[in-house]
Amino acid sequence: MATTGQEEFTLDTASELAAEEGGSKIEGKSPWALAGRRLRRNYIALAFLGVFILTLLVCLLAPLYSSHVSHLNSDTPNAGGHITVNGQRIPILSKGQSTFNENGTVDLTPGGIPIGPQWGASGGAYFFGADGLGRDVGTRLLFGGRNSLMIGLSSAAITTILSIVLALLAAYFGGAPDWIISRFFDLIWAFPVILLGIALGTALSINGFNHGPIHIAPGSLWIPIGVIAFVFIPYIGRPLRGQILALRNREFVEAATAQGAGSLRIMFTELLPNIASSVLVLFTLIVANAILTEVGLSFLGAGVQPPHPSWGTMIADGQDVLASDPWLSLLPGIMITITVISLNVFGDGLRDALDPRAKVRIEH
Amino acid sequence: MVAFLIRRTFGMIIVLLAVSFVTYLIFFKIPGGDVAGRIAGKQATPQNIADIRQKLGLDENVLVQWWSMMRELLSGSLVSYYDQTNVVQQIKEGMPETFSLCIGAGIIWLGFGVLVGTISAVTAGGTSDRAITALALIGISLPVAWLGLLLRYFFAGEGGAVSWFPDGGYVPLVDNPWQWFYHLLLPWFTLAILFIGFYGRVLRSNILDTINEDFVRTAKAKGLSSRRILVKHTLRASLIPIVTLFGLDFAAVLGGGAIITETVYSIHGVGYYAAASIHQQDLPPLMGVTLYGATFIVVFSTLVDVAYAYLDPRIRLT
Repeated sequence: MATTGQEEFTLDTASELAAEEGGSKIEGKSPWALAGRRLRRNYIALAFLGVFILTLLVCLLAPLYSSHVSHLNSDTPNAGGHITVNGQRIPILSKGQSTFNENGTVDLTPGGIPIGPQWGASGGAYFFGADGLGRDVGTRLLFGGRNSLMIGLSSAAITTILSIVLALLAAYFGGAPDWIISRFFDLIWAFPVILLGIALGTALSINGFNHGPIHIAPGSLWIPIGVIAFVFIPYIGRPLRGQILALRNREFVEAATAQGAGSLRIMFTELLPNIASSVLVLFTLIVANAILTEVGLSFLGAGVQPPHPSWGTMIADGQDVLASDPWLSLLPGIMITITVISLNVFGDGLRDALDPRAKVRIEH
Repeated sequence: MVAFLIRRTFGMIIVLLAVSFVTYLIFFKIPGGDVAGRIAGKQATPQNIADIRQKLGLDENVLVQWWSMMRELLSGSLVSYYDQTNVVQQIKEGMPETFSLCIGAGIIWLGFGVLVGTISAVTAGGTSDRAITALALIGISLPVAWLGLLLRYFFAGEGGAVSWFPDGGYVPLVDNPWQWFYHLLLPWFTLAILFIGFYGRVLRSNILDTINEDFVRTAKAKGLSSRRILVKHTLRASLIPIVTLFGLDFAAVLGGGAIITETVYSIHGVGYYAAASIHQQDLPPLMGVTLYGATFIVVFSTLVDVAYAYLDPRIRLT
């Protein structure tokens, strides 16, 4: 393979980074310090991390936008309302009407078409227009983003923690625990992700989740969070189990055992630090996947339940009026794409920085 | 070989039984609360609920309940409680449309994925590699529903920028092959783009790894042309993991995983049937489709194992 020049722009930094680091440069530095240095030099990955953090911050400011800019709630329909633009009263949803034009033909305007983006002409309200029920698209976009990002981040965190625990138990103890946990992974993995998500999401959206002391209401965000966290368990659990299995028989674990370290101690101080870099990379990638899954589930009606907004439900809301009001679907889609691209680029950069030769990816 | 096949078939049946039990748990046990009321859906009368209690034996123990659900499904007598249509019948009717969508999309994503991945690896570090890497990244980051609507908005129907394509719908292949192709072209690409990006990335890194293997160096030392080395040695070894990926992804979309594409383009396949049941909160169709989808994955993963052993002589059949 042709070796590329160091100052050349490329999205794949693994080989250059590896080539760059001679013996003297890395002497006396910890692997984390080296990884940090590599990441700091990967401006593309850092720029995209910035984009993600910015998106997250903007979405977290949704309540401020609602109370100070749009002065509108995200969930309350306002189909019969009016706004004042340049002294004119305009209905938020147009009523169907007929007008005669110069050559004597009749123009029919269809009813129920929401107003388009006002770009601030109405003093902040309906900056990005209204949806089919007269709700403010801008406000919903931010609240929806908050929901989508919260679901993505929380479900990824839950699934990562559960997978680490299961993979540690399976790979450390072997035997029966390993068999049971591996079969559990296999079983979940045997379902198509989206169908399993829909099955669980729909079954839980009827009466919620009721077991013992835990009661989750049907419309709660915890339902999509729990569903997505559950569905992705084998996709992280399996690669982690494989890695721990390989570490399990290494000398340093044997040394710890010889020193009298207990199981918990070996798991936390010997095994866990060695998979930490993979976990970080997998977490970033699983957040991106969880956001896409949330969008799919909500689009189909098995994720976030109306009237709560999410980027997925907003795409679905807009699809019936795609021809007349395309921005209703296009806007949330652009936000999702930006978010997911930034996570994927940062995840790739993180992997290159932590271990340029590692093949960490979410198992398909 | 025969012993291997028998063992795998046996294992497959056990997994399928386990899968059906998990399906049962999802709909009957995981949510908690009254099962009959949930299965009966939104418009249930007390009589409906009582019938379901009795028919599914909800007062019996777990295994009996599971078995009565399975018997309902396998005998083809499971009906939707929303409109009383037969679930197995509906799934069968959806299969031609789902298969048309998935086979076409599968050919596209495998072909383009391999092409894109190979070009990217061969030109690693060059302009086309960078362009492909960036595009593949965008491809795996697009939400399918949005991509579908975007393509529909720009290329199909009256509201679009250009109306080159019909706005959704499906024409059976036997009725009019050209219209079948014409209607499916946009859905095929909508479904394929994510996989093209993903396969391109995987294949690129596989090829870059394989190039450093000894057998490639040997081939070079023998004086083979670089084209021959690429096709006969590097690609053959690099494609093996792609076979696994393809088998499982293809199984997932055949099994209803193309649900979003089918919904966006109104292709009345298996996934569309499931999607339509979500809004009615009609659980029997979802139960049927979930089990149908899992069956595809289990069967295909067995097939993939067999193909794997055939393609890579280093893997022993055990």
